[in-house]
Amino acid sequence: MSLYEYLYYIILPLLAISILIIFVRFLKGPTLSDRVVSLDLIITTGIGIIAIYSIHTNQPTFLDIAMILALIAFLGTVAFSYYLEKREKND
Amino acid sequence: MKTIIFKTASSYLLPLLLLFAIFILLRGHYLPGGGFVGGLIAAIAFVIHSFANGIEKTRGIIKFHPGFLMPIGLALALIAAIAPLFTGGALMTGLWFENPVPVIGMVGSALFFDIGVFLVVVGVTLTIIFTISETI
Repeated sequence: MSLYEYLYYIILPLLAISILIIFVRFLKGPTLSDRVVSLDLIITTGIGIIAIYSIHTNQPTFLDIAMILALIAFLGTVAFSYYLEKREKND
Repeated sequence: MKTIIFKTASSYLLPLLLLFAIFILLRGHYLPGGGFVGGLIAAIAFVIHSFANGIEKTRGIIKFHPGFLMPIGLALALIAAIAPLFTGGALMTGLWFENPVPVIGMVGSALFFDIGVFLVVVGVTLTIIFTISETI
């Protein structure tokens, strides 16, 4: 089994299944912070998919897109937690 | 927010992200990138710093109101667009310097247009986010 087959038939389905499981958590999530964490995790798994796709198509420029996506996901999580903290203080 | 890890990381992230933004801006002529994405990354760098250290400190770094970047960027893009009219070309024709600049490569009027877009995007994003954070 070559590296490409390993990535295509094992790692990629694993990431797809995990995105579905995380999405169930996103829908059920009892509290708001559960949903924020699951949203962050969905984007992180998407970054993994982009990285595998970049190896598979031999295009290193996709990695820059993954990096910018990681940056925006980090900013989104930080902003969510910032306003969650402020909302708890106000209540 | 009062977390020491985030505060320390943000002081290192700010110059690193600004450098990455300039890299994306300069690369944009032949590869993915350009003024818009570079401007967004530069704005995100300042926003992360303002979340970690408070908005007043970020304002102290920038020194002037970010809204002033908008007219400067628009003027730069306009000058880059109408410059070919004075040399006999049509509007927005690419003008190129004869010799390549070291490290950057060939420099033309497209780069100045991109720098104008960069400044406008940074100014707009920072103005919006600072205004929102002041009201909350």
